Amino acid sequence: MNNTIDPTPTDWNSPEMQKRIAKRYASEKRFKLMGLSAVIMSTAFLIFLLITMLGNGFSGFQQTNAKLEIDFPSMTGGASAQSISGDGADAAIRSMDIAGIVAIAVDNQYGDLAKDMDQTLFSSGADRRVAAMLKADPSLVEQKVVLELPADAAIDTAYKGDGLKKAEELTQILDEKGLLTTEFNLSFLTGSDASDPAEAGIWGAFKGSLMTMVITILLAFPVGVLSALYLEEYAPKNRWTDLIEVSINNLAAVPSIIFGLLGLVVFLSWFNMPRSSALVGGLTLALMTMPIIVIAGRNAVKSVPPSIREAALGVGASPVQVVFHHVLPLALPGILTGTIIGMARALGETAPLLLIGMRAFVPAAPSGFSEPSTVLPVQIYLWSDEVSRAFVEKTSAAIIILLLFLMTMNAVAIYLRNRFETRW
Amino acid sequence: MVEQKSGSNTIENSDSTHKITARNVNVFYDAKQAINDVSIDVDMENVTAFIGPSGCGKSTFLRTINRMNDTIPSARVEGDIRLDGQNIYDPAMDVVQLRARVGMVFQKPNPFPKSIYDNVAYGPKIHGLAANKGELDIIVERSLQRAGLWGEVKDRLSDSGTALSGGQQQRLCIARAIAVDPEVILMDEPCSALDPIATAKIEELIHELRGKYAIIIVTHNMQQAARVSQRTAFFHLGTLVEFGETSNIFTNPQETRTQDYITGRYG
Repeated sequence: MNNTIDPTPTDWNSPEMQKRIAKRYASEKRFKLMGLSAVIMSTAFLIFLLITMLGNGFSGFQQTNAKLEIDFPSMTGGASAQSISGDGADAAIRSMDIAGIVAIAVDNQYGDLAKDMDQTLFSSGADRRVAAMLKADPSLVEQKVVLELPADAAIDTAYKGDGLKKAEELTQILDEKGLLTTEFNLSFLTGSDASDPAEAGIWGAFKGSLMTMVITILLAFPVGVLSALYLEEYAPKNRWTDLIEVSINNLAAVPSIIFGLLGLVVFLSWFNMPRSSALVGGLTLALMTMPIIVIAGRNAVKSVPPSIREAALGVGASPVQVVFHHVLPLALPGILTGTIIGMARALGETAPLLLIGMRAFVPAAPSGFSEPSTVLPVQIYLWSDEVSRAFVEKTSAAIIILLLFLMTMNAVAIYLRNRFETRW
Repeated sequence: MVEQKSGSNTIENSDSTHKITARNVNVFYDAKQAINDVSIDVDMENVTAFIGPSGCGKSTFLRTINRMNDTIPSARVEGDIRLDGQNIYDPAMDVVQLRARVGMVFQKPNPFPKSIYDNVAYGPKIHGLAANKGELDIIVERSLQRAGLWGEVKDRLSDSGTALSGGQQQRLCIARAIAVDPEVILMDEPCSALDPIATAKIEELIHELRGKYAIIIVTHNMQQAARVSQRTAFFHLGTLVEFGETSNIFTNPQETRTQDYITGRYG
């Protein structure tokens, strides 16, 4: 056999070659277009989400107030400013029948109107607002004043343009008389869950989330990082470590609700830890976050060049010194990236927390790690389930808060990562 | 490993004047034998060059001397290597201390991604060689001076070591190695990643360092071996073919394999 290679030089201008080149260009262009349209699509989804949330949620940060004229001197029988100031102020104000005073004042001013429409005018928080005002300025009690008090949720919703027909009629009448005002709803940011949407606030859930995250990161970060370091730097490579690696990878993929059941059995049934507490929530989420940190940590540790380890060993560093002086600092940016992902997932987690009882109605912000508390996503879930229309905007507002929390957390993590990033 | 009565501090056929004595050393990677029955003596105030074609085991043998092969799980060392008559593979031997006494410079410059100062100060710090910052400053300056780098970096000690040029990085690595005051310096092809000018500087440096340390240098470059070393060992296929005065090896090799290699017939 005489197989000699054809010595003809390649003709780059032949039609076949031109066709090949055109095909190559076309596929390049196709790929670029596909990539671009994917980016545009995901951006559009994101913008849609943000606009809907902001549009719905913005009004959740606002509160409609109605004016109420109260003639304190005639109704209290001439109480003096002195009697409700100083040391005994709280008790003195509490002993006043403010609810009664407000009821009478409402009756005097709006009596017929409210009866005709069969509609409550003021939120149940109006009494408390009056009490707070008196505490801040005791001299009010000697005057006839016009106060702006939170309106009932139905009127609030109607005034924002989303109410029931009857409430909207009433709102129109009040608005024409110039009795309705809008203010920033500070109590939404400082309050906790309540059955009256005008009084419901996000602080309780926010604080619950914060405390849960603290427990989660305190447990998951050190345990995850130490596991990653041990498995990469110390553990012998054998069947056992392979088994552990596979188990950790599987653990990261286990549905979160199963971690909730695990937390329910282990922490609540066996260890009798306090139900619905940030402590148990944090522990459960830590179980879920740990494998993510371990996997990211191992990859980060693996990517530290071996020459650095050799250099350190070469000057007589012990293995522990090599790890803590060189490997860990160099791996930290990667570890932090994994931690962000894990924590973001934990922050948005609802299902496992429902199982350990964090869906309870908690009307006060938790004061300790073992106090009953709820978290932002669970609060969103609970509010989205409410019948009252006023909770729609509260739900959206809570989502905005959750997203802000998430973004702040990520920003901090990215800042830390950039700080520790090594410039080679 | 050849069974050794621990505590026995001398071996036959070796006089204690040698800094390092290696006898019948075998190294295996799993079942594959990389070093076959190598015996060699290294003296203070001497530069010993290991030459040989790629894969002949010279780097492997070098790394047995400060037990860097310990980091490779599959590596197994048999035989007897003594530093000042003390068996370095004795279980009682402290590896950390050994590596402080036997410094190493690697093929590719590998400064820590830290400041120049911290690179040099790291070793003295972890071994507690400086009682305070002032002493540490002196050690760093002296080491950089000895490595011929002080003049170039004295105004930017806080710059990253990785920002230096390749040749400067390698001299920084040498400064880092001598900062812990070792007795032996192992150099694993220290110039293979450097240009000729940087190489010349390193060679000059080796000349200057010779008086204080026992230096072992692995090199592919025979001219380099001829220039810097007093004694040369020629390795081939894991065995030590010939070992003697550098001038003899290059002018009057006893073995044909050595002659073939140094005249460029293979390698």
